[in-house]
Amino acid sequence: MTALLRTDAVSKSFGGVQALDGATIEVEEGSIAGLIGPNGSGKTTLFNVITGYETVDGGDVYLGDQRITNAAPDKVFSAGIGRTFQLTRVFSRLTVMENMIVAAQHAERGQGRLRNPLARAGGPATRRRATELLEFTGIVGHAGALAETLSYGQRKLLELSYVLMAEPAIVLLDEPAGGVNLTLISTIADRIRELNQRGTTFLIVEHNMDFVMGLCDQVTVLDYGTAVVSGPPDVIRTDPRVLDAYLGTAEDDDDIAVG
Amino acid sequence: MSQGTVNAGPAQAGGTVQAPAGRDRRATAIRLGLLGVLLFIAVIFPLVITNALYTQFAVDTMIYVGAVAAWNLFSGYTGYIALGHAVFFGTGAYTVGLLTKQWKLPGGDIFALLPLGGLVAALVAVPLGLIALRVRRHTFVVITIAFFFIFQLMAFNLSFTGGNQGLSSPFFLWSASDYNNPFYYVGLIIAVGTITLSWLIRNSRFGLQLLAIRDDEDRAQGLGVRTMKVKLIAYAISGGISGMIGGLWWFFIGQALPETAFNPLFDLTVALMAFLGGFGTLAGPVLGALILEPLQQWIGITFTNGYVSDIVLGVLFLAVILFLPRGIVPTGAEFVTKWRVAQARRREPGPGGSAPPAPPGSPAASRTSTPAAGTPSTGTPSTGGVR
Ligand SMILES: Nc1ncnc2c1ncn2[C@@H]1O[C@H](COP(=O)(O)OP(=O)(O)O)[C@@H](O)[C@H]1O
Ligand SMILES: [Mg+2]
Repeated sequence: MTALLRTDAVSKSFGGVQALDGATIEVEEGSIAGLIGPNGSGKTTLFNVITGYETVDGGDVYLGDQRITNAAPDKVFSAGIGRTFQLTRVFSRLTVMENMIVAAQHAERGQGRLRNPLARAGGPATRRRATELLEFTGIVGHAGALAETLSYGQRKLLELSYVLMAEPAIVLLDEPAGGVNLTLISTIADRIRELNQRGTTFLIVEHNMDFVMGLCDQVTVLDYGTAVVSGPPDVIRTDPRVLDAYLGTAEDDDDIAVG
Repeated sequence: MSQGTVNAGPAQAGGTVQAPAGRDRRATAIRLGLLGVLLFIAVIFPLVITNALYTQFAVDTMIYVGAVAAWNLFSGYTGYIALGHAVFFGTGAYTVGLLTKQWKLPGGDIFALLPLGGLVAALVAVPLGLIALRVRRHTFVVITIAFFFIFQLMAFNLSFTGGNQGLSSPFFLWSASDYNNPFYYVGLIIAVGTITLSWLIRNSRFGLQLLAIRDDEDRAQGLGVRTMKVKLIAYAISGGISGMIGGLWWFFIGQALPETAFNPLFDLTVALMAFLGGFGTLAGPVLGALILEPLQQWIGITFTNGYVSDIVLGVLFLAVILFLPRGIVPTGAEFVTKWRVAQARRREPGPGGSAPPAPPGSPAASRTSTPAAGTPSTGTPSTGGVR
């Protein structure tokens, strides 16, 4: 049992809405895990709770054997969890390179650069790494441009790039394929696979079933804030509880094409 | 809402338009040259223009240049609009005033107290920041205003502040003809120092974190930025410099009263200067102070009715918000960029193609390699030092 990330009966309510109701999930080290479920089932809330953007009402979050329940976002990031947002959040009035450097604070701590706070932002090592990552995601040509000039898809790539600056052990992606074109979807899938082969663990929320089923080793289904079933893609695809979860919320089922 | 919504360009789509290195270097040279000329003018100003009325205006202007640069270093960079910096200005004024009285310092030695006034103001900023920086936007603004009223009340009512009599500075028997000059040069040093510090911060990791907070504070925190610490340091630096300037002001004016040292118009004026010139830019707020303070002084002597100046301030505030919401510097920079793009387009070879090919590295050459189809990016070039 080498669960890298684990939530243990996590609950969270907003007023009357029970967004998470004892959600227990596990992500194996070195895997690509999927998290699916109808709209409003609590996927984003679970990400928020893990990464410190929301506090839990009950339950615990563990990274390895370290308890990180309710740790602040900067602590969670330093501990090795990176994430992207469903709607991209980049620093729009900073350049793409500056966006990368903002995320390098944690990496630079090891280089002793933090002693002089007025040193030029981003040392040579940081810039080199940022350039490599931007080459990897294919937006290095925009390094000097303001992030607000990027297209939506490019912003998604920038978010993935700067999260990688800190070399996180696990990356949480909230709908990486949402709202981007088909070419880019396959590029993103390729990059995830490559990173995974180099040792990065992933937890991915996604509505695009081909994307999830093609990429993930293990898929967990969330329904009304509870993890109802977890297993390999083939099993999930045919599990009656999954169909039930989706068909039970009829207004959202256009989002999914099971099978 | 998931599959195939096409609005993303292919990942490898072409590079953005960037200024060629040659023009970049020329722009830097022009900028540095301009800066040198400005600094030269600032240094010789009181030697050339010796009329005491004008040198007094010059001191007031320097005080505001420093104050707005200090304010911008926090508010402009983080996006947190503070309207209680008079707290630090007044704290500095009272600290320098009280210490002068306590230690019975003679003449020019009082200048040596300014860093101490700044330090006390910075120390005051720490607990205030710890309270106010927990909240954002309007709530933050309101809390800073509340601090202001609390401090003004304390200045009126505490035993050691001199109540509504305030604190007077000693009278000096300096020559009347160049009486203003020491104040002017100390003000200039503080102003230039603050602008230099702002520039250093703008290019540093610390400054980048402040700007990231301005764009999306929660996102910055999620990328490892210790947002509270970073904001608090900026707030304390900004408050500390405001305190030094307050001390200088007390020394220059000769008296601190609760309603003049803790003056509500101070923050409004400083904010207006910053917005007029360009909130958050390096040059904008300074430009705003250089325009507005002399203007106010001129109105003050032209119209004997004291309210005219306040009315002009209010009207200008409205005008800036309505017509120049981003300020002179960003609007000007955008205008220049648009003009250059238009120029470059005109130079591009037409369909007939008789125009000579643009040499590599010329603006035209870089504009023709515009992004490939599917990339909406227009590649706004970085406006460099003034952004
Ligand atoms: N900040 C919030 N305030 C109030 N309700 C929220 C908030 N965040 C999420 N919710 C509610 O919690 C439920 C789960 O939302 P979410 O986690 O975004 O679902 P998903 O990502 O699976 O679509 C929804 O009913 C949503 O309206
Ligand atoms: Mg969601």
